[in-house]
Amino acid sequence: MKRIVSTIALGAAMSFGATMALAQTPGRTTLQNIQAKGFIQCGVTQGLAGFSMPDSAGNWTGMDVDFCRALAAAVFNDPSKVRFSPLSAKDRFTALQSGEIDVLSRNTTWTLQRDTSLGLNFSVINYYDGQGFMVRKSLNVKSARELSGASVCVQTGTTTELNVADFFRANNLKYEPVVFATADETVKAYDAGRCDVFTTDASGLYAERVKLQRPDDHMVLPEIISKEPLGPAVRHGDDQWMDIVKWTHFAMVTAEELNISKANLDQMLQSTNPEIRRVLGIEGNNGEALGLTKDWVVRIVRHVGNYSEVFDRNVGPTTRLGIARGLNALWNKGGLQYAPPIR
Amino acid sequence: MTTTASDSFIRSELIQPAPPPANLVGPWGWARANLFSSPLQIVLTLFGAYIAYKLIWTFVDFTIIRAVWTGADRDACLDEKVGRSVGACWPFIWAKFGQFMYGFYPVEHRWRVNLTYIVALALLLPLLIPSVPRKALNAILFFGVFPILAFILLHGGSIINPWLSVIAWLGTVAAFGLLIVHFVGLSEKALNQTAYGAIALAMVVGGAVAWRVLGLGGMEVLAVAVLFGTIAALAIGAMENRPLDVWLVGGGIAAFGAFVAFALVRLGVFNAPALPVIETRQWGGLLVTLVVATTGIVAALPIGVALALGRRSKMPIIRFLSVGMIELVRGVPLITVLFFATYMLPLFLERSPDAMLRVLVGVSLFSGAYMAETIRGGLQAIPKGQFEGAMALGLNYPRMMGLIVMPQALKLVIPGIVNAFIGLFKDTTLVSIVAIFDLLGGLRAGFTDPQWASPVTLYTGFAFAGIIYFAFCYFMSRYSIFVEKRLNTGRRR
Repeated sequence: MKRIVSTIALGAAMSFGATMALAQTPGRTTLQNIQAKGFIQCGVTQGLAGFSMPDSAGNWTGMDVDFCRALAAAVFNDPSKVRFSPLSAKDRFTALQSGEIDVLSRNTTWTLQRDTSLGLNFSVINYYDGQGFMVRKSLNVKSARELSGASVCVQTGTTTELNVADFFRANNLKYEPVVFATADETVKAYDAGRCDVFTTDASGLYAERVKLQRPDDHMVLPEIISKEPLGPAVRHGDDQWMDIVKWTHFAMVTAEELNISKANLDQMLQSTNPEIRRVLGIEGNNGEALGLTKDWVVRIVRHVGNYSEVFDRNVGPTTRLGIARGLNALWNKGGLQYAPPIR
Repeated sequence: MTTTASDSFIRSELIQPAPPPANLVGPWGWARANLFSSPLQIVLTLFGAYIAYKLIWTFVDFTIIRAVWTGADRDACLDEKVGRSVGACWPFIWAKFGQFMYGFYPVEHRWRVNLTYIVALALLLPLLIPSVPRKALNAILFFGVFPILAFILLHGGSIINPWLSVIAWLGTVAAFGLLIVHFVGLSEKALNQTAYGAIALAMVVGGAVAWRVLGLGGMEVLAVAVLFGTIAALAIGAMENRPLDVWLVGGGIAAFGAFVAFALVRLGVFNAPALPVIETRQWGGLLVTLVVATTGIVAALPIGVALALGRRSKMPIIRFLSVGMIELVRGVPLITVLFFATYMLPLFLERSPDAMLRVLVGVSLFSGAYMAETIRGGLQAIPKGQFEGAMALGLNYPRMMGLIVMPQALKLVIPGIVNAFIGLFKDTTLVSIVAIFDLLGGLRAGFTDPQWASPVTLYTGFAFAGIIYFAFCYFMSRYSIFVEKRLNTGRRR
């Protein structure tokens, strides 16, 4: 009896191992996988106002979220065919590498390290961010160069901390860092007067400002001391999917450039302008070259909107964040958003 | 003689007991004895009272007196808008309440969650109250039927298929077991090698056909293999003119039943009456906390008992596997287990199981391994005489353990067991690292909403979470004390 039980246990363990070894991932492309399962798995933040955040009704909102909805619109003609994985800063790259998510649209800064050694590809920059400073108005400071001797509240373990050190050293200014583990603690400490300056990415400064006792007593200084290009990332080794991600963003920018919006889309479909006709897929077959359909841009604009609509809806001046377009304006309006031609 | 009698005083009745001095009785007397009996005590009492006043008053002041109860957005909770120093911002909790309780569970389906809670309470409460009769039936309903019902309600899908699947699984396991019992009975009668070989071959062929040709997987393959093996065994028995073995016939019926049940599920005969499927990705909030904690707690005991017994077993492979399992799981943090299950498993498996399922398996194994050591501690405390006494009575191993040893051992380690349960309940917050929003994860996401961002939002949220966690953990703790007192008949002190 003993021997039989032992043998069965051993056999069970071995057959489990064999099953594990036999199961292989088949060589399908990301797009085929997505079409087979019927939705896009999109990695987002665990809550960042304006970029990805569940609202009170439990719907995800934000710029990063809308980008994934645009992808779903392009692939499925249905912006709801996307599922969101809220990821922490630590786990985001592992989730993408392991195939748990299809695209990482999580407020992630494009750096050489991440682009190369992590096995990822950053596709486009859909938000130009940079690190800024917030101070009390009563401090009467007009520029970050006047901050000599200030104490700075900063979140530890981030590029933010390194950028502050670089900035103050490069400008021969003295400062006293006061570091905290989480963003919430950092803001609370700044609000309680533990330090003179609060620093993080400019978009974050506006989001955190509304948590202060008296938001109007604080101002964001004009200097941006670092480049934080944020954009969606995909896995290495699937260029077709990367093209789709890339051109989805470009389509939204191009739509803004050509004044195609949710509201006037039906008029635009009647347009005689050859460029508009080409973008909307009435002429040519650009969509099919991507592995999508001819009307892919129409789908994106109809369901999600062009770049300015997405920006204004989530972070623009009419929202509580109230961020100006700045660097994210179109190239012909003094910004950096520039899309290669769709032809 | 009469004069002398009047001179002396003789008490004719007992004196009435006088009340104790006023400063020794009543609240004042108690306070003198317990709070102010020495200078050191006076200092300590005043210090303690000051701390208690500070803590309690701050809490009451924040959560009730200065709190804001109604409002539409953050403006309701800002000092300068309200015109006073604001405490807890309860409208934030009301606005996000659905999020905190159900996560992304669709609003129109939340009744299913509520119904699950009601059924759970209706089954659990009578189980917890000792005087309610029919404990066995109640336990079967709660541990056997309720999980399937909860799965159907929470997850949705076919209403009949999950029951069939469970029947099929149980049938397969039973048939497999009965086939083994049949062989154990036969081995003394020297079943010849060829027959052994033929049966094994039949099982392998059946399994291979099921796996490669029919494309079945897992338990279905085993069911087909066992069915083939049983038929082969029956055929050989008939050829050798042996009388029909009851075990084998029972096994054959079980295997056939399992096969039919699997087929019905595969062919989707009962797909029709179905609730809309709510993916586990959409679950969240307190629902996830409760699902993960309940599964972990319910699974921990049987896994723990099995591993603890396995670790003390005299069979080397069983002992080796148990020790390996316990040490492996205890040697890595829960976060690592969850992380591995969520992000590494998809790299190995073509079709990885549902994320929530992976978390549940991880948490169950984890809590089971810890529970095993707690229970082993109880087993160590049972004197050898108890084992020997049981053996002297002629009890076999399962009866000795089930009737004599385990009841005593488990009783001894109730505090340890409940400790593990309470720890597990709070550890469930770790699931937020694997992209599932539990109560705390949903709360943190709620903090970022600019519509509600205010200086007090953070404190309000954590106060709310603290109250909920405290309520659950305090209940578990009190109930364990009650059980301890009830069972602690021999060692009360």
